Amino acid sequence: MLSDNSAEAMGVECNRAAPPQAGRVLLGIENVTKRFGGLTAVDGVSLDIMQGEFLALLGPSGCGKTTLLRMLAGFEKPDEGRLLLEGRDITAGPPYRRPVNMMFQSYALFPHLTVAGNVAFGLRQEELSRRDIDARVTDILKVVRLEGLGHRRPNQLSGGQRQRVALARALVKRPKLFLLDEPLAALDKKLREETQSELRELQRRLGVTFVIVTHDQEEAMAMASRIAVMNEGRIVQVAPPAEIYEQPNSRWIAQFIGDVNLFEARVIGDASPYLVAESAVAGPLHALRPGGVSPGTDIAIAVRPEKIHISRATGKLPANAISGVVADVGYLGDFSLYKVRLDNGATVKAAVANVSRRAEPPPALGERVTLDWPAESAIVLTR
Amino acid sequence: MRKSPSAFNMVAVALGLAFLYLPIAILIIYSFNDSRLVPVWGGLSLRWYRELLQNEALLDAAWVSLRLALVSATGAAILGTLAALALARAGRFRGRLPFSVMIYAPLVMPEVIIGLSLLLLFVVADLDRGFWTTAMAHTTLTMCFVTVIVQSRLADFDWSLEEAAMDLGATPLRTFLSITLPLISPAVIAGWLLAFTLSLDDLVIASFTTGPGATTLPIRIYSDVRLGVKPEINAICTLMIGAVAVLVIVASLLSKRYSMSQEHKGALGAPM
Repeated sequence: MLSDNSAEAMGVECNRAAPPQAGRVLLGIENVTKRFGGLTAVDGVSLDIMQGEFLALLGPSGCGKTTLLRMLAGFEKPDEGRLLLEGRDITAGPPYRRPVNMMFQSYALFPHLTVAGNVAFGLRQEELSRRDIDARVTDILKVVRLEGLGHRRPNQLSGGQRQRVALARALVKRPKLFLLDEPLAALDKKLREETQSELRELQRRLGVTFVIVTHDQEEAMAMASRIAVMNEGRIVQVAPPAEIYEQPNSRWIAQFIGDVNLFEARVIGDASPYLVAESAVAGPLHALRPGGVSPGTDIAIAVRPEKIHISRATGKLPANAISGVVADVGYLGDFSLYKVRLDNGATVKAAVANVSRRAEPPPALGERVTLDWPAESAIVLTR
Repeated sequence: MRKSPSAFNMVAVALGLAFLYLPIAILIIYSFNDSRLVPVWGGLSLRWYRELLQNEALLDAAWVSLRLALVSATGAAILGTLAALALARAGRFRGRLPFSVMIYAPLVMPEVIIGLSLLLLFVVADLDRGFWTTAMAHTTLTMCFVTVIVQSRLADFDWSLEEAAMDLGATPLRTFLSITLPLISPAVIAGWLLAFTLSLDDLVIASFTTGPGATTLPIRIYSDVRLGVKPEINAICTLMIGAVAVLVIVASLLSKRYSMSQEHKGALGAPM
């Protein structure tokens, strides 16, 4: 969607001068706390934002992610802790003295200015010649494919176009850190998916560090190179999307990200490299043994529905398998979601990819089936 | 589908309009009366408008009123806008209600009381009554009208616009001047125009607070009328009606244009 040569024309300096260095900390968040009255919105958060990364702050509403973003932008002052941008303390600096720009959820386009006027607004606050301003506005409008619409007013644009004006208005400032507050919330589903890949591509091309706030886990997974999951004002896990999904560090995250079957269990034995845990619901289960788990520990074994293999019951139950009756089948086209009721009443979800137009009919409602999964697919959760 | 109005409705509207505008219409018509005696029709002429140009006392008073309206409307627009911004920005704080009620008090307070209390204030403060005391009094009276108008505009103001401007590098002052003020300017101008017309036709408060050398037009007209209605007064009143009508129409057009542009925005707001 974005035109390629125009990004060259934009000539973002940080991209040219020095390619994004892996592992260099751009912004250090040190032990930041923010309270509103009696409510602690952000509670002792520490996080290093790396140069050139695409970080997503993900969490349910009210988890403090927007407050954290607003502190990075300078709209809120932390009650405790420090913010270090390239080693310089910016904790108390006002928003207009930070090389940080933000794209608002509502876009906050100035209704009395044209598209070009909106984009030029930030540049007019710097000491730049009119020619430089015009050139940079023209370039960035090309990057976001709004060339020729510079004279329009925001109210004459579609939702998608407005979103791109907001993007251009912030990016034209060549920020070191670009903050996006729920950037896709106002778009319809199809446009949202398009814009996701557009944003990812733009970020890669410009090399600017992006921090996006979202409550939509799919959005965070699709775009971010790293996700910081927040809950109740704290960061509970920071990791690349695949690790968050495959290696969540607590029951809460396993349930928050994606669909999961959780079996509460107690470790009863060791079958190196596996452990054996007895679950009241599913019987003895095997899983890869993480460090620090000894017999007698209460754990949860989490299994994602798509890792579970479903087959017709043959009478003989293999190891690491459970038996039940199909209680519900949701056909979703690309895959079917089975709900299997175990003999003790618990329900286990299993997703079956519809990879071929199979000749043999799949297990039907009421049929007895066997669920099994490789021990490597199970996640051991201690928290 | 719109039904055509019934005969009863038509009559009611006609009577209502007549009740409001007949006296004014008569005044305007008689301002073009050639006769010296006000109630006697002597044919159409601009005689009294010519006479008016010779009447130094009336013209002086008109000039005083005009300057007074300009000064007090400008003061009221500034103070009223600041008050509205302060109330809107402070959000919900303890004692917000008393503050907003106090701002609105002059709207409902009898003018005689405002005039009297201001007179007492000026006497205690040992200020010579004249043009500036009246200007202060009018500013006090009219700023609450400006506050009400600007506040209603600020009720749906998107404060993230200010944050966006500061995020883009604008200082708070630049943000106010280039973003907030232009966006609320229709309300500020409408408030200024209202303050201007209120000051122009105020008799009660001015009569308490003014002094020698600063006779306003309404005071001059009132004292002249006590000695009998002169046709010149019809003429100057017609001119005042004209001026006020123009200002009121401009003010309402301004606020209408603003609300229409808002609707326009809403209509196109849906993603296409």
